[in-house]
Amino acid sequence: MIKTIKKVDIHVNDEGYLTDFSQWTKEIGEEIAKEYEIEMTDKHWEVINWIQEQVKTNKALSIRGIKKSGVIDIKQFYALFPGGPLKVSTKIAGVPKPKSCI
Amino acid sequence: MKNLVILGAGTSGTMMANHLVSKLEKKEWRIHIVDQYKTHYYQPGFLFLPFDIYTKEQVQKEGKKFIPRGVNYIQQKIEKIDANNELVELENGTLSYDILIIATGSKIAPNEVEGMLSKEWRKTIFDFYTYEGALALRNKLREFKEGKLVVHITEMPIKCPVAPLEFAFLADSYFKKKKVRDKIEITYVTPLSGAFTKEFCSKSLGYLLEDKNIKLVTDFAIERVDFANTKIVDYVDNEVTYDLLVTVPTNMGDEVIERSSLGDDLNFVPTHPNTLQSLENENIFVIGDATNVPASKAGSVAHFQAETLTDNILLYINNKPLKEEFDGHANCFIETGNNKALLIDFNYEQEPVTGTFPFAKIGPLQLLKESVFNHWGKLAFRWIYWNMLLKGIKIPFVSRNMSLSGKNINK
Ligand SMILES: Cc1cc2nc3c(=O)[nH]c(=O)nc-3n(C[C@H](O)[C@H](O)[C@H](O)COP(=O)(O)OP(=O)(O)OC[C@H]3O[C@@H](n4cnc5c(N)ncnc54)[C@H](O)[C@@H]3O)c2cc1C
Repeated sequence: MIKTIKKVDIHVNDEGYLTDFSQWTKEIGEEIAKEYEIEMTDKHWEVINWIQEQVKTNKALSIRGIKKSGVIDIKQFYALFPGGPLKVSTKIAGVPKPKSCI
Repeated sequence: MKNLVILGAGTSGTMMANHLVSKLEKKEWRIHIVDQYKTHYYQPGFLFLPFDIYTKEQVQKEGKKFIPRGVNYIQQKIEKIDANNELVELENGTLSYDILIIATGSKIAPNEVEGMLSKEWRKTIFDFYTYEGALALRNKLREFKEGKLVVHITEMPIKCPVAPLEFAFLADSYFKKKKVRDKIEITYVTPLSGAFTKEFCSKSLGYLLEDKNIKLVTDFAIERVDFANTKIVDYVDNEVTYDLLVTVPTNMGDEVIERSSLGDDLNFVPTHPNTLQSLENENIFVIGDATNVPASKAGSVAHFQAETLTDNILLYINNKPLKEEFDGHANCFIETGNNKALLIDFNYEQEPVTGTFPFAKIGPLQLLKESVFNHWGKLAFRWIYWNMLLKGIKIPFVSRNMSLSGKNINK
């Protein structure tokens, strides 16, 4: 699927997650955040960077992992990305939605 | 003489002992298997024990009976794995190994959530993932006639991820039979965004919860159990109150993995998803619930893994490259209550779909659809477990890699 953000065509899956991380920019992240009514702050970006770093090094993302990230605690994580924080933050970060295995 | 040491004589370890005993050169290899307990539990039976469907006797047997002759069975606690020196420290003594198979499984860690392992543990807060928990819950359910039952998952991954949902379905049937269903509210609380862990299932099976009048609370990441006020609270202060809380606590690998510095955050051992070799040490292999591979933690998965792992151990011994064969294949029956069940068959890539199993068109089992025949399949699994699975006997027509035959892929 193609989604146009700020006049740029972005490849996304049917849930709106970027399928090609190389297309990601901060601006795109900001626009996706707006869809969730999130105004990005430094703290938000710190979390997003951490998430991208985890994905780059093939580490699984989980709520538990957040606790040990040293960047943020779980309560703050929920406050920054209301709803499903992991789902929302990964979408903004341009990385795949974390798989929860059956 | 070389030593192959298997840690854990649960489902996976016992299968590996049975597979390898006839395949390793007896003059060259000695096989040892270590477990702390005398009793081997049929864990899938823990789902049925609370509802008086199975008896205590039906879910346990002496573990040693399933260890083949020619394998050295050691009943001791494992203290530490010293991978640098290729040694395993036991409660009493040490074992040296040339090849190590870690099959120490996973277990519940209720102390991970504040207030769970409280004075209310096994009074109003129960698990059914242990024998003791399932039994205590059976006694509680016999008395429970009205109020709020909350069935809850703490965090993923858990073994047999559909078990809590099956529990909710069976509870519905159980209370109906006792004619108290109208006085009991059942709520299913999950950290995921749907009742089923696989999205496709959530979409096509959502009706089951509605039909059974089970309330669904999703995206609930528990922070604590407020046992004094009988409610669970999540990180954004959502609350669900209960009279009886049946929770699946955090699942973790055994502490021995942590003591040996071989695991991740949850004490699962980083493992190659297709070869089952540990990522850190080439002579350490991992199978079953102890791995971190993104497959279901289920006995059926361990069964498919055991076939690949047996081949890979032989390849390793002969200095040949390992097969990247294991595909995450899982095959699970899901009890839906009223003597019906669903069957799902899937792997790392392929989500569960509808169709027939194991034969295209013929079945006789139906995929992703409730049927009485599937329910018999689930109950037959207990016999298959004790008589075929543990002994490493191939289950007819079901192959280690998932087959696309009979599946309706075009969803
Ligand atoms: C309620 C419930 C329902 C389930 N339903 C199903 C189902 O329907 N179908 C299905 O396929 N699977 C089901 N499962 C999952 C299945 O039981 C497990 O996936 C399977 O038993 C895993 O086998 P394993 O050998 O990896 O671990 P286990 O069988 O748990 O064995 C691990 C062994 O290691 C030993 N051990 C661990 N640490 C030490 C130590 N330090 N020292 C000595 N010994 C140690 C333990 O004593 C244990 O015997 C269910 C599980 C539960 C809890």
